[in-house]
Amino acid sequence: MVSLLGIPPQVLFGQLLLGLINGSFYALLSLGLAVIFGMLNVINFAHGALYMVGAFVAWLLLTYAGIGYWGALVIAPVVVGLLGILLEKTMLSRLYKLDHLYGLLLTFGLALILEGAFRHQYGVSGQPYPIPAALQGGQNLGFMFLPNYRGWVVVASLVICFGTWFAIERTKLGAYLRAATENPTLVQAFGINVPVMVSLTYGFGVALAGLAGVLAAPIYQVSPLMGTNLIIIVFAVVVIGGMGSILGAIVTGLGLGLLEGLTKVFYPEASNIVVFVVMAIVLLIKPAGLFGRER
Amino acid sequence: MTVASNSTRVAVRGPAIGTALIAAVLLLLALAAPFVLYPVFLMKVLCFALFACAFNLLIGFAGLLSFGHAAFFGSAAYIAAHTVKEWGWAPEAGLLAATVVAGLMGLVFGLIAIRRQGIYFAMITLALSQMVFFLALQLPFTHGEDGIQGVPRGLLFGLFDLSQPLTMYYTVLAIFLAGFALIWRTVHSPFGQVLKAIRENEPRAVSLGYRTDRYKLVAFVLSASLAGLAGGTKAIVFQLASLTDVTWQMSGEVVLMTLLGGMGTLFGPVVGAGLVVTLESYLASTSLPVPVVIGCIFVVCVLVFRRGIVGELMHRLSKRGH
Repeated sequence: MVSLLGIPPQVLFGQLLLGLINGSFYALLSLGLAVIFGMLNVINFAHGALYMVGAFVAWLLLTYAGIGYWGALVIAPVVVGLLGILLEKTMLSRLYKLDHLYGLLLTFGLALILEGAFRHQYGVSGQPYPIPAALQGGQNLGFMFLPNYRGWVVVASLVICFGTWFAIERTKLGAYLRAATENPTLVQAFGINVPVMVSLTYGFGVALAGLAGVLAAPIYQVSPLMGTNLIIIVFAVVVIGGMGSILGAIVTGLGLGLLEGLTKVFYPEASNIVVFVVMAIVLLIKPAGLFGRER
Repeated sequence: MTVASNSTRVAVRGPAIGTALIAAVLLLLALAAPFVLYPVFLMKVLCFALFACAFNLLIGFAGLLSFGHAAFFGSAAYIAAHTVKEWGWAPEAGLLAATVVAGLMGLVFGLIAIRRQGIYFAMITLALSQMVFFLALQLPFTHGEDGIQGVPRGLLFGLFDLSQPLTMYYTVLAIFLAGFALIWRTVHSPFGQVLKAIRENEPRAVSLGYRTDRYKLVAFVLSASLAGLAGGTKAIVFQLASLTDVTWQMSGEVVLMTLLGGMGTLFGPVVGAGLVVTLESYLASTSLPVPVVIGCIFVVCVLVFRRGIVGELMHRLSKRGH
């Protein structure tokens, strides 16, 4: 196959795949942030730390209990979700009547605690996590080599994202959720237990982060610092997409991952900052974000 | 009418004398402090105190939470270190350059971030500062992980030898006091009143005919410049500019100092900076992980101690007065 603009196609598609995988994680995390923000009006700074906790739960299960990847894929999100519900019940719920900024500050403190504790216990170097046996190897697609596990991550996160979108936009439970976002008092008057729904929403949002952590464990190493650097990029993704729509969060996440991959091919020095540059440009042109609405 | 206004004037004068007395005592303490405490530690406190006061100007008086102030602090440190070390500039010129560059960055950040309010403002400033972090990591003049080391302190105005700890200390004290006075003046000016109006109710300020975006932008640039002045001073004091000062953790730390001391109080950030710096240098000698302790203080402050130390004190005093 001929090279494209002097770039061999293997390199181009390899980076695009990497971008797609990063994009899947951006999408999963910004989706969770959007769901939480919609219901609680809290920007969950601890989202990245809880993603890290998800990956660590998977690693701990494998190392100390011998439970492998597929078990971890179920257990870790549940553990992270329960931890989230505990945090919401004991701390976050006290702040709803105050300025939203306090929610950000509280979760920032929680992120520092979680990250610092794991760093104290396990050091900064990453722990390797093996790819499950069923997903080892890869496919030769003719123009590139696709490792099975990476293909699985992209497909799995797409399924989760669209599943979440479907659950929120097309089911009865999702309708309650959207109604409670618009007017919690009225929904409560109809006999729906809004505080419980809020807790469950937070639990679900962070469980998504935990799930993303398990998916990420075999690709990136399991390290205490894996979450926070990611969450700042996800914040930029959220600002670009606007928090108004679930689908917007998914599309923006994937798109920016791909864009980052392309930048790595054509101008590697800028790959770290391209998302932030895009954010600045979007803010100058359309302050509400690509899919957002002013409110 | 006259009686009422007279009595209020007397009521105002009482606390004013008290404040002046307290200020004089604090000033004397600050002048005498280097003979009791380690000067480098005091200078660190003063640099962070100025940084926190600059940050507080935004959150406390304009209601803008910037989660990216480390970008100004750290970049200014690089500029001061580079101009003084590589270009051989005098320290005052280096500090001026650092302040101006931080102010210009503040202008750019401000123009972008002010387009959104509240929580988005915080996220945008955080993202922009992370971009600055990556630039500092990659640009050649910052020397990546090593930072700029061995910055000479030099002669201030060609007269005062800053390598003498006491001379350096009084210079830093003078810089801090100048910055603090500027903030005090700003807060007590008509401009400061408009900022407070924006904090309390922005739509109403707009309806009164104020161009709130401009006020916010000016406040942002002022705050960024002062944060830059603090960062540049820190680079001269420690003869070092490094990546630590540009990280998001540093942005978080200045938020904590302000929160702990009391947002929206003039002295709060100074108290908060003193406590956090003391705590960190104490923790450095123990095996306790610093981020966990810092995180716990954050959580406790947000949950039960939102007024901060100075804010709580003033609240108690005013309650007793009534």
